[in-house]
Amino acid sequence: MTLLYTKEQKALISLVHDVAEQELKPYVAQADRDGKCPEELYEFGFDLGLHLVEVPKEYGGTGLDYETTAMIFEELAKIDAGYAITFVTTFVALRNVILAGTPEQAQYFADVVKQRKFAAFALTEPNAGSDVAGMRSTATKVDGGYVLNSTKTFITNGGIASIYIVFCKTDFEAGAHGITAFIVDRDMPGVRVGAEEDKMGLRLSNTTELLLDDVFVPEDRVLGKVGEGMKLALNALNLSRAFVCTMGVGIMQRALDEALAYATERKQFGKPLASFQLVQGLLADMAIKTEAARCVVNNTMRLMDAGSLVQLEGAICKTFVTDSMQEVVSNAVQVMGGYGYSREYPVEKLMRDAKVFQIFEGTNQIQRTTIAKLLANG
Amino acid sequence: MKIAVCMKQVPDTTEIKIDPVKNTLIRKGVPSIMNPYDRHALEMALQLKDRHGAEVVALTMGPSQAIDILEEAYAMGADEVYLITDRKFGGSDTFATSYILSAALDHLGPFDLVLGGKQAIDGDTGQTISSLAQHMDCACINQVLDLQVESSPAGATNSNPTVTVKRKTDEGVEVLETTLPLVCTVMKESNKPRYASIQSTLDALEHEAQQICLDDLAALLDESKIGLKGSPTRVQKSFVPERCAEGVFIEGAPKDQAHDLVEQLVEAKLLV
Amino acid sequence: MQETNDHRDIWVFLEQFDGQPKQVGCELLGQARRLADQIGQQVGAVIISNEPQDAIDMARTYGADYAYVIEGAEYAQFTTDAFSEAFEHLCQEHKPEIILVGATANGRELASHLAVALEAGLTADCTSLTIDPETATMAWERPAFGGNLYARICANTHPQMGTVRPGAMPVPDPHPNENMQVIHEKFHPSRMRVKVKEFIEDLKDQGVSLQDAEVIVSGGRGMKGPENFKMLEKLAELLGGAVGCSRSVVEEGWLPASKQVGQTGSSVSPRIYIACGISGAVQHVAGMDHSDAIVAINQDPHAPIFDVADYCIVGDVFQVVPALIEELSAQ
Repeated sequence: MTLLYTKEQKALISLVHDVAEQELKPYVAQADRDGKCPEELYEFGFDLGLHLVEVPKEYGGTGLDYETTAMIFEELAKIDAGYAITFVTTFVALRNVILAGTPEQAQYFADVVKQRKFAAFALTEPNAGSDVAGMRSTATKVDGGYVLNSTKTFITNGGIASIYIVFCKTDFEAGAHGITAFIVDRDMPGVRVGAEEDKMGLRLSNTTELLLDDVFVPEDRVLGKVGEGMKLALNALNLSRAFVCTMGVGIMQRALDEALAYATERKQFGKPLASFQLVQGLLADMAIKTEAARCVVNNTMRLMDAGSLVQLEGAICKTFVTDSMQEVVSNAVQVMGGYGYSREYPVEKLMRDAKVFQIFEGTNQIQRTTIAKLLANG
Repeated sequence: MKIAVCMKQVPDTTEIKIDPVKNTLIRKGVPSIMNPYDRHALEMALQLKDRHGAEVVALTMGPSQAIDILEEAYAMGADEVYLITDRKFGGSDTFATSYILSAALDHLGPFDLVLGGKQAIDGDTGQTISSLAQHMDCACINQVLDLQVESSPAGATNSNPTVTVKRKTDEGVEVLETTLPLVCTVMKESNKPRYASIQSTLDALEHEAQQICLDDLAALLDESKIGLKGSPTRVQKSFVPERCAEGVFIEGAPKDQAHDLVEQLVEAKLLV
Repeated sequence: MQETNDHRDIWVFLEQFDGQPKQVGCELLGQARRLADQIGQQVGAVIISNEPQDAIDMARTYGADYAYVIEGAEYAQFTTDAFSEAFEHLCQEHKPEIILVGATANGRELASHLAVALEAGLTADCTSLTIDPETATMAWERPAFGGNLYARICANTHPQMGTVRPGAMPVPDPHPNENMQVIHEKFHPSRMRVKVKEFIEDLKDQGVSLQDAEVIVSGGRGMKGPENFKMLEKLAELLGGAVGCSRSVVEEGWLPASKQVGQTGSSVSPRIYIACGISGAVQHVAGMDHSDAIVAINQDPHAPIFDVADYCIVGDVFQVVPALIEELSAQ
């Protein structure tokens, strides 16, 4: 074990490990093939309280710190990161409402999630990915509220969420300062779920389009101040960016575990693979990257617990972890040879799951630009 | 209703490996877990609690680290948990263990129902709970698949409800009828144990398990019948089984292998 | 201090179901005969039953010197109260030195109660029995830790008790003793706190039972899926045997737990055991290594199953098994 876990952390990791091994692992391969997580699989996650782990006690959550929450989701991601991200996205959305919204909005949002419901964060658009300010969605001021028109894409939990945070432009002239966030219910008239993405990996994670056609939202659904949506979005991304890193570590650890077990059992030329030096090199490199990644993630989480926005540290963490992941999962496939490439074994899935980590929550190219800018600005 | 669940901390035997060179058991790094059968016994108790209302007490005898499984039991929903521990209890065989457990139950009781797993996966004896019943002079049913306590009509308290039990035998399933108090060993097929939640796991860590030691039970125990000295059986030696058959390798294409195998089996008079 | 010991003889409990004595009874009689001859003592059968005749015949066929019979309607079905009280009565009256009981559901329960009542040392699930000819002290050997470890256990009490797993010992050749004494004793249990209301037969397990099978064709994870067990059924049918499996197959849900061979499943000792796509984990081997002959078919030449197999075929089960079926059908 890399980190100095507390007794509490050990107990929670072990609980999540046991439950995920029993209740999730046997179904992952089929769900991955189907590109869909069966609804009944969410039950154990809600039973555990995964949707509320990080939520403060006053809103009915468990109130764990980011550090411990990250450990739990690393463990869950070892079994399936797509499943884990469904819950992470939910509590991160709620956390943002708690940070940016009024106590009434936070209570409202928390009350929805507590009913064993998912939440989603709708920012990306077909023509506005990394370029958030280029978004086309509009929120038009009307009497008593706003009318929203929007086409959002690549929305994690898009098709299964009951409540959304949606970003729209309230002022097209103001650029990045013209964006405002809204709390939107799934059952508001005009809210539609569009096409589901058929993805390379993270296939247990639901990713869809979200379409808003003349959706009226009352004034009290404005999250934060009008025009400050961009700031909110960036803060939210800092948080979710850190959490995808913890899931990345889970994937790396799983890849290492699978490759190591195989290399110890599999014999060639009368000796276990693990006794050949070139294989040892692959395994050692995997362990080095995995352990270092875990430490960086842990440090980022602890900084966040101490109140830091981790603008620089989070970007460094994300880039290092998700770039390292590619090497680790690829090594796992390499160690296992033909079996690694076969769909009968779990590591080819890890390789498919890993790729998106360099893309979402800000591509690693954007992260590098951010790092350089922040360094230059001191 | 007051229900006791007797449990045991065991090494996860599925994780045990043999050192191929020294031919010994590698115990290092093997995690300790709640005996899987006991988990089903606890679930049975918790289901009775959900249905009829009951106080569920979980207890285990063992060294201080056995407290881990009590925390788990508390997180699953046990109302109180007890660790029975004393240096003088060490080395007890099933006879002595069941004797100490019966004294502890006497001390904490009386109980209407005492449950335990069908067997522990380390010793695999399946004797302790049944022996416990004999020490307590209590009716006992082993290998229980299902246990139903007759509900009393609303408002009334039924002091002696009928208990209907399904028991797995070697030939099938028996339906038995009895009354409380009762001791049972529980099969895995009986239920699907619930999991603790993240919140209840944290609550369990806050809760301190009660300890029971020899002093607490002194009035109820004959000290000559406990521990290594009081155990009627003694392990003389333990060893890893030798396996060295000199197998014949049958080579060739599948068709030839099949042909040669049948021929050799016939030759050895194993096949006619 | 030398304790005087007035305990003598080796007793075997002959459990019955529906009047039929269970096969483990004769397995135990065979062991008891062997051990008793080493210490110059006698073999006694204990029969508690509403219809004892078939069990008496079994005792005679397999060479018991005498049989104690407690007969009565209250013994029509096994109940812990009635059987343990009746058995205890016999022990108090006649003081056996060694008691062997089959490790069946009822046998385990009976032995556990009896051992406490008699304050006797009890060893569960023995797979090997030896005795010191001088002291008549039994050395009971049994597996623990899922068959990874064996322990040799002795008891310092009289009687010494052990349960033995059905199938762990060979069925002996008949060794009839026409002079066997049948001693009827009267005993009524003082209480029966548990009543048997109904018996539901396990309808799921028709066909040849694993423990009775002369040939077992067993499949492991290497069979890849439940549909491929049809092939093993076909092979078993040709050989007049039954299909078994390893634990992973049960865990995958391909076959019911009743088909599992191994430490946590059934112990079997057939004439021929054919392991198909089974790696040979100790937990599995512990349940089948008493087979007369073990055939292993596995793709991996280093699979541990080949360490216990008598006939080793390195190859693809999906080619070798069909070839075997063809070969046997042709004969």
